Amino acid sequence: MDMKTTKKKLGLKEKYAHMTRGLGWETSYQPMDKVFPQATFEGIKIHDWDKWEDPFRLTMDAYWKYQAEKERKLYAVLDAFAQNNGHLGITDARYLNAVKLFLSGISPLEYVAHRGFAAAGRNFPGVGPRVACLMQSIDEVRHAQTQIHALSNYNKFYEGFHAGATHQIERVWYLSVPKSFFDDAFSAGPFEWMIAIGFSFEYVLTNLLFVPFMSGAAYNGDMATVTFGFSAQSDEARHMTLGLECIKFMLEQDPDNLPIVQKWIDKWAWRGVRVLTLVAMMMDYMLPKRVMSWKEAWEIYFEQNGGALFNDLAKYGIKVPECLTQCSIDKEHISHQAWCTFYQYAHASAFHTWLPNAEEMDWLSAKYPNTFDKYYRPRYEQWREMADKGERFYNNTLPMLCQVCQIPMVFTEPDDPTKICYRESEYQGEKYHTCSDGCQHIFDDEPEKYIQAWLPVHQIYQGNCFPEGTDPTAEGFDPMLKVLEWYHIQNGKDNLDYEGSGDQANFAAWRGMATQNT
Amino acid sequence: MQMDLRTVAIKPLRHTFDHLVERFGDKPASRYQEGSYNIQQEHIFHYRPAWDAERVLFDKKRTRIVMQDWYALKDPRQYYYGAYTIARARQQEAAESSFEMIEERGLAELIPAEVKQTALDLLVPMRHVEWGGNMGNSYIAAYGYGTVITQPCLYHAMDHLGVAQYLTRIGLVLDGPEALDTAKEAWMSGALWQPMRRHVENLLVLQDWFEIFVAQNLVLEGLLNPMLYDHLDADFSANGGTAISMMTRFMAEWSSETAKWVDAQIKVVAAESPANKELLSAWVKQYRSATREALAPIARRAFGDHADEVLGEVTAEFNARCAKLGLAV
Repeated sequence: MDMKTTKKKLGLKEKYAHMTRGLGWETSYQPMDKVFPQATFEGIKIHDWDKWEDPFRLTMDAYWKYQAEKERKLYAVLDAFAQNNGHLGITDARYLNAVKLFLSGISPLEYVAHRGFAAAGRNFPGVGPRVACLMQSIDEVRHAQTQIHALSNYNKFYEGFHAGATHQIERVWYLSVPKSFFDDAFSAGPFEWMIAIGFSFEYVLTNLLFVPFMSGAAYNGDMATVTFGFSAQSDEARHMTLGLECIKFMLEQDPDNLPIVQKWIDKWAWRGVRVLTLVAMMMDYMLPKRVMSWKEAWEIYFEQNGGALFNDLAKYGIKVPECLTQCSIDKEHISHQAWCTFYQYAHASAFHTWLPNAEEMDWLSAKYPNTFDKYYRPRYEQWREMADKGERFYNNTLPMLCQVCQIPMVFTEPDDPTKICYRESEYQGEKYHTCSDGCQHIFDDEPEKYIQAWLPVHQIYQGNCFPEGTDPTAEGFDPMLKVLEWYHIQNGKDNLDYEGSGDQANFAAWRGMATQNT
Repeated sequence: MQMDLRTVAIKPLRHTFDHLVERFGDKPASRYQEGSYNIQQEHIFHYRPAWDAERVLFDKKRTRIVMQDWYALKDPRQYYYGAYTIARARQQEAAESSFEMIEERGLAELIPAEVKQTALDLLVPMRHVEWGGNMGNSYIAAYGYGTVITQPCLYHAMDHLGVAQYLTRIGLVLDGPEALDTAKEAWMSGALWQPMRRHVENLLVLQDWFEIFVAQNLVLEGLLNPMLYDHLDADFSANGGTAISMMTRFMAEWSSETAKWVDAQIKVVAAESPANKELLSAWVKQYRSATREALAPIARRAFGDHADEVLGEVTAEFNARCAKLGLAV
């Protein structure tokens, strides 16, 4: 038989170009700016979408194949975990409070990332970035779902998970911090989205967000979460490459893009750092077995690794984010200031809090020699004394929130850790408050956006945070309890101290059942 | 014989999350349910989108269709990410072995020239139509409402990309990279393709996401896929082009699988209210005639004198399908 085998073999890059780039075309029956209406309004100039370098060359068939393999493995582990009471293998049920924070604060962001990248995957006129964004979009729905699936088993046995991954992010005061971050990015245009989420969040900050939670899981015997973490690792690596390619592409296309991109980097670095306060607190206070201190993580992943990244971007004229000086001061404080806040508001949180014990305080002293003993240890000792006398301190007034990051005004002045930092701006005759120079700067740049913020404390005072049909004039009306009901926080079960909680008692009893014969 | 392994049994405090208890009762929920229901935020949003200041980020008002509960639109395949990728991985494995066999044994060389030419003229430019399908469905995934409908639309968008890539491979196998250039040229300026390109571009500027769902997923795919993957495919097989059928097997399976999903959505939406039914029916009528116009020259190239007959048959089947879904078309 005459076999013709002369057909030229295509190189991988060439083949991939045919599989993607070649699919698009310049429309002529409808104008391009109607087909891609979001391409120009942010002021970013792109002259040649073909200059985009595909950060990973994955055709759909290969994608299905690799991802399905990972899914089969992941779900096999999750099934085994559920079948064998894997939840009893964790260091201590106290650890689960970090996981509750993850499910209520991070998993919903994965979902919004999925929708936002779907939008980016529709809106860029270039085929290359569109395909890359769509792959990230579908990865992100994977992450939201696999996280819910991994943590669903904990929900069956522990308090504080039952509201799932959506109800609370829309409502609860501290969750408006991560939520407003993503709302902010998604309500901007596609290019800012890529800098906010693709670059700042997924590239610069992922080692400080995703990695600490997953490492915390590994250190604390949480097989479900850590398996998810490992399974998502190769997705995350792809997302990081996309974020970096995107910023380089924008900068290479037109010199006019530089100031816009720089402004966004400054804004989103600071927005991101503020969200990371929750992670800082988790690392320093919530893990029974600690991975490293927040300060150490910040130094390794931001100051060192981030420094190298910004050196690399310097050739485009990009400077390190302007917040860096303040961050180097803050790294010694924010985890303590956050945990002190949650301790005072433990009645209004969907997880338990506790005072660090003697051994933990010594660890904190060692990790924070400049600040812990001087500013924070005395506070904890005072609260310990009060608690021992039966006067556990709860703060029963509601704090003022920063108009931008939405964190209660608990941070201190850069040059005085004993003084709360306030900044004030005026817009259309109204006063607005921010927690820092960074947030004030962001506010002043787009006041018309940030005055729209749905601030949980304001909303509570306006009566918008009660279950439908609540009558505030009824006898015995307790606003706090009604707010908790609206939050889906079960008072006495999900909130308050870990010491004496149902989680603590159940974990001890169940572990006993699993390890002893009585 | 049955074996009983004993395990330490702990009575759970609850079986699933609050919103699933509300919806389905306190019983163990499926992974589809946990991964889909109510995981999109609904009520509170901080900032009006710069790209749509009249609405909030996830807004029911981005379509004229009205549903009391958008979560009534469930996917009969119950695809969450894991189930979806595992199903597609199985299908791609079969497709891959077909392509491998054809390439290894040089089966494309055995296809009669005329049949091969038909495939090059019709299947390869179709990859651009698929790319349009990807764009419409990613739009829905971004701006639609409720995860049970936005999620499968993203999967559908990725499927369209996959199909576009399989069609690209067909071009490469049958001829080589030049086939893609020729097809692109035909798509851009060949008389045969201009009505279809106009139609696809018209769908790219629609703003009502459910209208896109109807125009693209129900009507365009409902007429085009049977024409290509039933009728034309039968012609290929009957005329020595079995190798082509092997390469379109994925699309044939995929289009009947996704049609069932599309049907389930339309049926629920039509049954919700007379207003929905009327709107859906009007869209179907509008896009059916636009699609038929776009398909006419392609059908002529494919079926010659039988073109009207084939188009008529495809349309009749499509009409029967719509009637079964409760539409008045």
